Amino acid sequence: MFVINCPYCGERDQQEFKAGGEAHIERPKQPTELSDDEWAEYLFMRKNIKGVQFERWNHAHGCRKWFNMVRDTSNDEIKLVYKMGEKPPLE
Amino acid sequence: MSANLRVKSSEYIDETHRVSFKFNGKTYYGFKGDTLASALLANDVHLVGRSFKYHRPRGIMTAGSEEPNAIVQVNDNTNRTEPNVRATEVEIYEGLEASSQNCWPNVNFDIGGINNLISPFLPAGFYYKTFMWPASFWEKYEFFIRHSAGLGKSPTEKDPDIYDHRNIHCDVLVVGAGISGILAAKNAAKNNFKTLLIDEKNELGGATIYQDKEFNKINNQGSSDWIKKEINELKNISNLEIKTRTSVAAYHGYNYLLARENLTDHLEKKNKNNKVRQRLLKIRAKKVILATGALERPLVFNNNDRPGIILSTAVKKYADYFGVKCGEKNVFFTNNDSAYESALCLHNKGIKVDAIVDIRDNSNSKIVKAVEQTGIKIYWSHTVVDTNGYRRLDNISIMRLSNDGMTVTGKRINISCDCLGVAGGWTPAVHLFTQSGGKLKFDEDNNVFLPNKYPSDQISVGSCNGNFNLKEIINELSIKLKEFLKIDQTDFDNIAIESEEETSKRNIWLLPSDKAIGKTKPFVDYQNDATAKDIKLALREGFRSIEHVKRYTTTGMGTDQGKLGNMHALGIISDTAGVKMGELGTTTFRPPYTPLTFGTIVGRSVGEFFDIFRRTAMNHWHIENKAEFENVGQWKRGWYYPINGETMHQAVQRESKAARESAGILDASTLGKIDIQGSDASEFLNRVYTNAWSKLAIGKCRYGLMLNEDGMVYDDGVTTRLGENHYLMTTTTGGAANVLGKLEDYLQTEWPELDVYLTSVTDHYATASVCGPNSKKILKKIIPDLDLSDENFPHMSFKEVKINNIKCRVMRISFTGEHSYEINIQASFGKALWEKCIEAGKEFNITPYGTETMHLLRAEKGFIIVGQDTDGTMTPIDLQMDWIVSKKKYDFIGKRSLYRSDTMREDRKQLVGLLTDDPNIILEEGAQIVSELKQNPIQMLGHVTSSYFSPNLNKSIALAVVRGGKDMMGKKLFIPMEDKTISVTVANPVFFDEENKRLNA
Ligand SMILES: [Zn+2]
Repeated sequence: MFVINCPYCGERDQQEFKAGGEAHIERPKQPTELSDDEWAEYLFMRKNIKGVQFERWNHAHGCRKWFNMVRDTSNDEIKLVYKMGEKPPLE
Repeated sequence: MSANLRVKSSEYIDETHRVSFKFNGKTYYGFKGDTLASALLANDVHLVGRSFKYHRPRGIMTAGSEEPNAIVQVNDNTNRTEPNVRATEVEIYEGLEASSQNCWPNVNFDIGGINNLISPFLPAGFYYKTFMWPASFWEKYEFFIRHSAGLGKSPTEKDPDIYDHRNIHCDVLVVGAGISGILAAKNAAKNNFKTLLIDEKNELGGATIYQDKEFNKINNQGSSDWIKKEINELKNISNLEIKTRTSVAAYHGYNYLLARENLTDHLEKKNKNNKVRQRLLKIRAKKVILATGALERPLVFNNNDRPGIILSTAVKKYADYFGVKCGEKNVFFTNNDSAYESALCLHNKGIKVDAIVDIRDNSNSKIVKAVEQTGIKIYWSHTVVDTNGYRRLDNISIMRLSNDGMTVTGKRINISCDCLGVAGGWTPAVHLFTQSGGKLKFDEDNNVFLPNKYPSDQISVGSCNGNFNLKEIINELSIKLKEFLKIDQTDFDNIAIESEEETSKRNIWLLPSDKAIGKTKPFVDYQNDATAKDIKLALREGFRSIEHVKRYTTTGMGTDQGKLGNMHALGIISDTAGVKMGELGTTTFRPPYTPLTFGTIVGRSVGEFFDIFRRTAMNHWHIENKAEFENVGQWKRGWYYPINGETMHQAVQRESKAARESAGILDASTLGKIDIQGSDASEFLNRVYTNAWSKLAIGKCRYGLMLNEDGMVYDDGVTTRLGENHYLMTTTTGGAANVLGKLEDYLQTEWPELDVYLTSVTDHYATASVCGPNSKKILKKIIPDLDLSDENFPHMSFKEVKINNIKCRVMRISFTGEHSYEINIQASFGKALWEKCIEAGKEFNITPYGTETMHLLRAEKGFIIVGQDTDGTMTPIDLQMDWIVSKKKYDFIGKRSLYRSDTMREDRKQLVGLLTDDPNIILEEGAQIVSELKQNPIQMLGHVTSSYFSPNLNKSIALAVVRGGKDMMGKKLFIPMEDKTISVTVANPVFFDEENKRLNA
């Protein structure tokens, strides 16, 4: 069970958090302009990487804020957490 | 009368305190400090159980938690009974009752033992191969297999004990209180680390407290005496907490460990009551030091499983620690020096040792020389080729080993013995290390897997890290500890240590016999009866992966998870398949290390605390008025209110009629309520609901449908505009938390530019819903000042009023199709409001109704219930609710998905009404619907989602989802049931008052 460093509250037990899937998938601004394939790409396709992955997490039983996390899924090492709207690190 | 095998002089056994206990119905005596295993051995009881497959007689093999054979049921036929308990871990107490498992009718005469005679026909994979065919016979096979597969009996009565959970945060956790753990914990604590030391035994000190004093010295003192002094000092260290009888079950990521603390299992029955029996410790440690030690390995040879064949160090522990001799005629069989220490210990206590059989050709160590001087006969380069004795070992046969170790030569030598101590070397207990995600490497010299890469802030020290002699252990511990804790020195940096180093090594995973392997029984997994032969067969049949061989042969799949034999299984696979052990890897070590009781896992979350109940402010009224309750999410909701012994059907029929004929009242407090404020609130609603919200006037209400981004219906409810920038949204009872979460998600991540704030107010308001043709008259009595005319207070509008000077929000909305009001009041006044409505409604026979009647009434109107008539695969179009999907809005959640090719298919399942041809037949919800009866295979068109007998229409009605149902109006369909086929006609889902005349009645 992870210890997660909420950008707003600090270190808390994983029990307080909810995982929200892959990060940095923006909802299309003009969905009606998209083909079925393009919409399906947004709606269904996720990378599910073994290794370093960008994820969304929510401090559901705490401040209720959503934030981003960089996690290595192969060993669960959390490399970084940062607020929504902040740019993801390049590497 | 059985023999007494007690030898005097053990400081851990209190011989002044006699304890009586029962085993298999017979009374025996032991002493305080005994385990069930040591007490049985002292009474010369060796046969304690039967093996799983062949039902072979089995005895005690170890003195610890790794025990594979001596598995017993304790306190059978009581509410405290527990199966699969290791006799080596049970501390005896007055009145303890234990019995053998896996034996029928009893351990001495066991019918399943016949499997041993037919064992040539029970090879690896036997069950897979035999019971697969014919399939129809499976039920018969299953009975046989389950009956003979005895793994104890589960309790049938309620567990009387209390269990507990505790969270612990510490700087340093030390697992294992042998010499490494004790020194590590002491030095951590002394250097200001908040330290927790855990050991599964009741005494600290591990194996060091019965180590040979002659050959293991610290500061010119026997190591066993030196460690006792250290243990005494621990008590005075303030920031060190010590937990004995505590077994670490699991080591998860981020140094999160679970341990089971045993508090009352060793106490007499009368002292167990009203105490916490076991406690689950949830430990979050900054640093972890694993000092879990090593497990002695057995040797794999023909018939190596008879009662009386015991691990060499266990023989020593029983003699030295418990003061019990395991036999009168003792022989050791070894591949290393440790058996010599055991032999010497026995010899010094006056217990006869007849011989040592050693597969090595010599050893020059001092301890071997010391044994030679006692006159004990040593057979170098020999191996045991067979053993005899059915219920107890009687004699062994040995032969000379060839140089390559593959065969035996010469003649059999027969040695009479009733106890054979086997010593196959050591397996570091790396279970917890690997559970934590650690990677192992294979050490070719010692044939052991050792910790290699640490996944978190932890180290392994002592024999679990591959150090097996005292000097090496302590020297390396000093170096590692200083580095790990970043301290300059330890208090044992300058001690003088003398210990023996082993020089001669020889390891043979499968020892040869003079018989062909097919005619031998060299057990690898004792509990599951997997032999070396089975492993070889699996390899011959093409299994290669260690995980597959494990499952096919069931090696390592018992309650002991193969703690003793897994290394031999790997070794045999490696030798047979010609793959290096390091490349083969190990099977996955899974938690728990030793089994946990369910009680420990659930802790206090039992009975009414198993799940949290939410109760409305009116709950007491419902109880006083004999409501039956229904669980909706975590809410306890009134289901129906039977009077004069009514059945549910009768009560619901009465309630439904009353609500339409005069007045009904429903506790609607459980609906989710979200307060929405902010200058962009209207825009926000536009984006989350399918319909338009900008033009909704202040004081008006509107029904909204919320979709997922995939276009499927997610939730629904009525939202009221309280002010220019202020709305109150209601959600379904079960969906409240998820809807709030979803809305927050969109606000925070997709539309952070919107000025909108969401607050859950579900618990803040209680809601009474009054409906029926007389509801208006009742409201008039409660709120005389309010103008209830359709002009001032029309359907789908809202008024802020006061009742007895308490502010209330009243919405004129309806889920029943009747003229109806929902009164919201501060929750603490909920019951008073409810009682006021009941009082005011008395003259109109106001009838409280529950969720079942609510469901019936709305079904008459064809209103959906999200989650009952929908299942996450229904679009608004499928529900025939096209009217609520705005064509004008550019975007809302899920809009684009409504134009995907799949969601536009005509043959999707669509919501329709169903009427049974016989109006008295009520369909079963979930029943499948077909159009043809003679098709093969028959095509399922859909299923019934809601079904009731409508007292207002005097006929059965149902809602259903049917493939292409929209175009089937008037079509006959069939519902095949187990005993009959019901014919139905597709109908409009709005069965009652299609013109909505009653809303304004
Ligand atoms: Zn937070």
